[in-house]
Amino acid sequence: MSNGRVELTLSVNSEPYEAAVEPRKTLADTLREDCGLTGTHLGCEHGVCGACTVLIDDEPVRSCLTFAVQCADAEIRTVEGLADGERLHPLQQAFWEHHGLQCGFCTPGFLMLATSVLESRPDIGDDELREVLASNLCRCTGYQNIITAVHAARDQMRP
Amino acid sequence: MIGESVPRVEDRPLLRGEGRFVADLDLPHQLHMRIVRSHVAHGVIEAVDISEALAVPGVVAVWTGADVADVPHIDFRQVGADQMVPYRQPILAQDRVRYVGEPVAAVFATDAYTAEDGAEAVVAEVSELPALLDPAGPLGDFDGRLDTEAFLFTEQTGDVDAAFARAEHVVEAEFGVGRHTGVPLECRGALAVHHRHTRTLEFMGAAKVPFQNRDALAKMLGLPSSRVVLREAHVGGGFGVRGELYPEDVLVALAALRLDRPIKWVEDRHEHLVAANHSRDQRHRLRIAADARGVIDGLEVEFVSDQGAYVRTHGATVATLAAAMLPGPYRIPNYRVTGRVRLTNKTPAGTYRAPGRYESTFARERALDALAAELAIDRAELRRRNLIAPSEMPFDRGIDALGTPVVYDSGRYETMLDRVLDHIDYPALTDSLAERRAAGELVGLGLGFFVEKSGLGPFAGSRIEVDPAGCVTVTTGEASVGQGFETVTAQICSEILGVDLDRVSVVHGQTDQMSYGMGAFASRATVMAGTATHMAGVALRRRAVEVAAEMLEANPDDLELVEGAVQVVGSPSQSVSLGEVAAALGPASSYADGRPGLVAEEWFTTSHMNYPYGLHAGVVALDADTGHARIERYVIAYDIGRAINPMLVEGQILGGAAQGLGGALFEDFSYDEIGQPLATSFMDYLMPTAAEMPDIEILLSEDAPSPLNPLGVKGAGEGGTNACGAAIASAIDDALTHPGAVTNLPLTPQKIQTLCRDHAQLF
Repeated sequence: MSNGRVELTLSVNSEPYEAAVEPRKTLADTLREDCGLTGTHLGCEHGVCGACTVLIDDEPVRSCLTFAVQCADAEIRTVEGLADGERLHPLQQAFWEHHGLQCGFCTPGFLMLATSVLESRPDIGDDELREVLASNLCRCTGYQNIITAVHAARDQMRP
Repeated sequence: MIGESVPRVEDRPLLRGEGRFVADLDLPHQLHMRIVRSHVAHGVIEAVDISEALAVPGVVAVWTGADVADVPHIDFRQVGADQMVPYRQPILAQDRVRYVGEPVAAVFATDAYTAEDGAEAVVAEVSELPALLDPAGPLGDFDGRLDTEAFLFTEQTGDVDAAFARAEHVVEAEFGVGRHTGVPLECRGALAVHHRHTRTLEFMGAAKVPFQNRDALAKMLGLPSSRVVLREAHVGGGFGVRGELYPEDVLVALAALRLDRPIKWVEDRHEHLVAANHSRDQRHRLRIAADARGVIDGLEVEFVSDQGAYVRTHGATVATLAAAMLPGPYRIPNYRVTGRVRLTNKTPAGTYRAPGRYESTFARERALDALAAELAIDRAELRRRNLIAPSEMPFDRGIDALGTPVVYDSGRYETMLDRVLDHIDYPALTDSLAERRAAGELVGLGLGFFVEKSGLGPFAGSRIEVDPAGCVTVTTGEASVGQGFETVTAQICSEILGVDLDRVSVVHGQTDQMSYGMGAFASRATVMAGTATHMAGVALRRRAVEVAAEMLEANPDDLELVEGAVQVVGSPSQSVSLGEVAAALGPASSYADGRPGLVAEEWFTTSHMNYPYGLHAGVVALDADTGHARIERYVIAYDIGRAINPMLVEGQILGGAAQGLGGALFEDFSYDEIGQPLATSFMDYLMPTAAEMPDIEILLSEDAPSPLNPLGVKGAGEGGTNACGAAIASAIDDALTHPGAVTNLPLTPQKIQTLCRDHAQLF
């Protein structure tokens, strides 16, 4: 099984990463092990918790249920690409100010999920936003401060 | 600084994807471990065939029980007892398997995928035995010699029989809380390496109790504890579950020694749900003796705790706490409790946020509701008549918990009851709910009053050191499980030294940085390490002033510490910064006089816990068709004496409530009739999402500072969870206009449908 690796180039946060992976290797494992981008976390490996959420061509995707070999032609965005140098993304800033994280393990997934929804629907209403955020699991915060933080970022990011 | 809701100092790397959780760590030449687990609940191991696994390219070693038969079973960390010793778990099953998920073999391979390939090729031949699943039923056989009752104990105070003999009313009822647990988002993991050049075993991925686990690992592996170094990385949630010493941890450490390569292990979620500690799962039978006014004179409780297949590190902790804390905020002068810790063929159990209290608060508050119904007294009024008064503090319960007597240190319980009733406008709310019920809605209000415990001793230490640049490092042997420990510790340090928060670094959970430590459990970190840090800050300030007085040729009494500098009172130009003081304290300097460095270390010791308290109030509306329980309103009042960072305290309460409500409504480790677990993924083990959580209203108060520490703080970690089951059950009774309808948790939609069918007067 360890033979038959596929050579591919992934574009992650606009940088090229070369990797040789087994076809069965997930995108999440490839990002973490082959690209050294460990900000994408694995919480369940069966597509429920959303900690591994990344954006593929700006759509939120469970990277634990995606194979790396499926992503050769795609633009992948991960939590490492959110900040502009030392300047935090408005969502990161809002999570910080509103105590939207505790252990921080689910945080990258929530940030990427929220990034995609606020970019595609900057005027999304509170109820729908809560429904979208219900895609991911957090075990520390009880969600209230995550929701508050995303509301704050939405109001700030709105053009 | 203390009392300010400053944003957390630990957040920036976590927000940027720069966290260092154990799965993020790698070492050159490492092997990956994968555990082969039992597929049957109970059986005799006839053979384990590892030949095919060893043939998988990349598999380096495979161990079965025989390979580790010389390793002692995992010992108790607290509340152990001789009679429980035979029920401890081996690191790999020996002659029997006793639950689905029990480690049977360990496969070591060059990468994680290959290790899984190898694990799939291991064949365990097991002759099945009947699975024991009901802890309250007849006892079963553990090992051909011992039965399945691991521990039986009775605690009492006063004269319970006399109380029942004179009782005007006796209420008797039985209640149960289901099996659920912490389920942190990060699965367990470890990375261990044997450093031959320093003769140390380094173990990364420790959490919660690194020092205690260092000692336990050293003992099991036959090493001096100074040659075992445990390191805490970022920890993705603790909740009592994560960080206990598990079989897999010992296997990782042992393999690092025996295979002489770094060993990495990260479990998957399926494994976590069958292998990490389960919790709760208690059944209580209560009898209350009361007078005609509802004043409780006596309480007798018998309960059974379903411990699962083995007694793990917690020993009888959960049962002991359930027993000790069951009387809660009520006077109850005569009390007797008998607890039984029984084994079944399920995943072993341990502590989970508000261990024993979630269960006993549910049972007690249910019983008080039953008494209120029997006497036709308003539920809030009945509670008021039984609350312990401030004048009775400190209040000695007359029983012990965790080796210390239960003595409530401070509390203004009636003030809290009034605050909550005012906040929800109790008379108006109960009227409006009655009107809605009259109009056909199934909606009700529930209350759950409780006392928590926090700040478990006996010690915590803190060392504060200032470097010549003026940077401050606080080192403690305590731990962070993501709760904000660094921020709170930095705030306490910053307050006393007058330095900016961003100049303070906090080191925790590194066993080579401090001689002793305990950890992050029992809502103790802020109380214990916070107090030690405060004490070290006071000592360091004294030392800085003493040295600065020499440097400035001034009288120490004329000096003050302002914004990180020692200055002459009223003359800020005459000052030296803490960094300058530190720079002047080189080992050969005359200022040092044999005490180099600007550093202070202090140890806080205590033999008593302290006791925060709270009240939950929830309004719940039921949909009889779907069985959905919609939480319209949820109020949590909590008094923790003094909040170091109110925003973080509220965060603890919010997160705790989500877990408490999850256990009340959704989360359930159920088993089929042969002991196969039915909740082994997040498709089956249902936790609350943003869609299920109400906006919670928090009434944080500081009415009753703890007299047991100089800051007055009590722990904040568990009050959000404690009374969720009690309050939701009470609200559902009220919605059904049927006191006593709810006897068991969780109240899943199916159960609510049944309750509605059986009890609601539907139109």
